[in-house]
Amino acid sequence: MADLETFRAETRAWLEANCPAECRGPLDNDEDRVWGGRQATFKTPAHKRWMDVMAARGWTAPQWPTEYGGGGLDREEAKILASEMRRIDAQMPLSSFGIWMLGPALLQFGTEEQKKRFLPEIVRGEIRWCQGYSEPGAGSDLAAVQTRAEDRGDHWIINGQKIWTSYADKADWIFCLIRTDPEAPKHLGISFVLFDMATPGVTTKPIELISGKSAFCETFFDDVRVEKENLVGTLNRGWDVAKALLAHERTMIGAVGDMGRPMSQVAVDSIGLDDAGRLYEPMLRAKIAELEIDAAAFRLSMERVGDQVKAKQVSPAIASMLKYYGSELNKRRHELAMSAGGSDALEWESERSNHGTPARDWLRTKANSIEGGTSEVQLNIIAKHLLQLPGA
Amino acid sequence: MPLILTEEQTMLKEAADGFLSENAPISALRKLRDSRDADGLSRDLWKAFGEMGFAGVIIPEEHGGSGLGAVEAGIVAEGLGRTLTPSPYFGSSILAARVLIDAASAEQQAAWLPKIAAGDAIVSLALDEGPKHQPNRIATTAERSGNGFKLNGAKGFVLDGHIADALIVAAKTDGGVTLFLVDPKTSGVEIERTVMVDAHNAARVTLTDVQVDADAVIGDVDAGEAALEGALNLGRACAAACLTGAGDQAFATTVEYLKTRKQFGKLIGEFQALQHRAAHLFTELELAKAATLGALQRLDAGAPKADLAVSVAKAKAGRVAELAVQEAVQMHGGVGMTDEFDVGLYMKRVRVLNELLGDAGFHAEKLARAGGY
Ligand SMILES: Cc1cc2nc3c(=O)[nH]c(=O)nc-3n(C[C@H](O)[C@H](O)[C@H](O)COP(=O)(O)OP(=O)(O)OC[C@H]3O[C@@H](n4cnc5c(N)ncnc54)[C@H](O)[C@@H]3O)c2cc1C
Repeated sequence: MADLETFRAETRAWLEANCPAECRGPLDNDEDRVWGGRQATFKTPAHKRWMDVMAARGWTAPQWPTEYGGGGLDREEAKILASEMRRIDAQMPLSSFGIWMLGPALLQFGTEEQKKRFLPEIVRGEIRWCQGYSEPGAGSDLAAVQTRAEDRGDHWIINGQKIWTSYADKADWIFCLIRTDPEAPKHLGISFVLFDMATPGVTTKPIELISGKSAFCETFFDDVRVEKENLVGTLNRGWDVAKALLAHERTMIGAVGDMGRPMSQVAVDSIGLDDAGRLYEPMLRAKIAELEIDAAAFRLSMERVGDQVKAKQVSPAIASMLKYYGSELNKRRHELAMSAGGSDALEWESERSNHGTPARDWLRTKANSIEGGTSEVQLNIIAKHLLQLPGA
Repeated sequence: MPLILTEEQTMLKEAADGFLSENAPISALRKLRDSRDADGLSRDLWKAFGEMGFAGVIIPEEHGGSGLGAVEAGIVAEGLGRTLTPSPYFGSSILAARVLIDAASAEQQAAWLPKIAAGDAIVSLALDEGPKHQPNRIATTAERSGNGFKLNGAKGFVLDGHIADALIVAAKTDGGVTLFLVDPKTSGVEIERTVMVDAHNAARVTLTDVQVDADAVIGDVDAGEAALEGALNLGRACAAACLTGAGDQAFATTVEYLKTRKQFGKLIGEFQALQHRAAHLFTELELAKAATLGALQRLDAGAPKADLAVSVAKAKAGRVAELAVQEAVQMHGGVGMTDEFDVGLYMKRVRVLNELLGDAGFHAEKLARAGGY
């Protein structure tokens, strides 16, 4: 315990000294996030500095082993780091599919060489990754992927189409599900493959979202040459890697249920209080209180799951549970934010609404229950485990 | 009165729906939005709307309108909800026209009603001030000055305010609220268009020492709240109809998708997890339709608690339409998040209609108060 207290004191002092003022406080919008990569953009030079100093300590991936560039923190220490960052409202130094999704899968399935090669780059934000899972005919039925690899000895030639690839147009590398054995049953002929988006034959086409942004793309592979050393895990057993990665992705998406300013504050700022110190809109007030209750319980659930994982007591359905509840909670939060904002929050282009940020954020949350596997799919997974049905 | 449309009403519905789907389908909304049209609506379409008798649906025949009632007004509104057509219908043909018909002087009526009916003029009601609809809390002031009044205050969510030919402004006077007919070109009036999430029109209006003559008053001084009441009731009932139309159309699109999209070698409509929700949504929509028609009929009949029936309709239709659009996006999966598919447009429009003239919470609160609890 004493050690942890020392760790807290040191962390606090270090963050105070190293987190630039520009990197504290809420982000105005999603574009201001730091994603790293070869074409990295930073809102201010301070944002680059913040990413670099955090990366140097491995604190962009605090719990990864130090030999791969991570912070080497244990769970308790990582919690302290997170709470100290929250205390000063520090922004995330680096947002990264590499950290959230690929890294954990590589730690579990990658060769030593792959870990040494890819993980430190991810920690330092040098390579931006995208996820090539979905295809036009393979969404919820992900194992139906048709993008195929032809075996050419030391390399493959890959052809096919992916869809809904988030930030494919800005990414440097892709982690991808490819059919390497068309004869095998659908889960048993898929491999998990990495490649550079700059390889000849890779093209992307952005798709506009209802939020007015173009965060995801159609991605095409036309005779793309990929060396076999870029296979992760066993040939034709990529589904195991895919599932492990999805569990990380789902937990990450679930965690959005626990973010943002307290809704009560948003509402008070917008609507104001009556003489008795209550929100003017009684129905809204009740709904916000209910949300706060569920959010508090969800926060504790997240923490409890962490402890269960550590104690190896966790059910395989838990990632789905967190994903399902967290994303639904986040949608509810933004519905309430729109109600609280009233007609102000409906503005789309005005300065006053920060160019429609509340509405755009609200629309974006509608994807939380779709991306990374829909709510229906999560409920199916939970139910299969509960009822011990086949395929669980 | 049976809760079904009469023969004439059915004909009107067919005419309105036919006209809208032919002349103003969703592609028309997209075109206006993507070209950043300065007016935010089609003047030609609005003129044609006038010729069809829709713009003046509630305006008496002697002023060039169709002289019809709330049910007919709701029928047109529902059609606009299905096609998402931007138009001055709510602001001008419903809210402003109702105020003028109920409370304005003969001169004021003669000056504006025929033009509204013909689609030649747009009149907007400037009522809301804060981000939520609170018609009982008006801070804009009108002080006696010269031979009339001086107005000061700020209004928001003024439908079509940036292209209005006249504004009806609600302001506080010594003994209550008074409505004023204000020329937007009067000095001291500032208007900022606020492009809304649904690509429909609204504006902020700021009034700084705006001098108006005594004959700008609509009805009697201090009697504005009573003059507004009819307009708010009709506007809310029409908003309920529009919500029902939008929700129903989003639902129809979803059902179509359930019958065409395949996953796991099956149509997704074969999954019970989706079937029950579609069935539930159908049920809810039927309730919303009944509540809406009931409210519109009660308004026409001048029923004693028509305003409460309207609150039921606005709250129910609002909640149901919200559910319908959320389910629509969710059941479409990834494509539901794309601008190319229409379901997102319905989601945006429903959000705005929900906020317009009081959301479900506002109306539930109103019912609770009326019920004495
Ligand atoms: C914002 C966003 C970002 C994304 N980013 C990426 C990315 O970076 N990379 C990537 O590969 N993919 C990405 N995706 C794709 C995402 O994983 C898929 O959209 C998702 O898996 C659903 O597939 P689908 O869109 O084909 O919907 P469908 O599978 O067609 O589903 C349509 C509807 O049917 C329901 N349904 C389907 N099967 C069943 C069933 N068995 N039981 C009950 N209901 C069912 C679904 O829940 C949904 O409601 C992203 C999606 C979004 C919205």
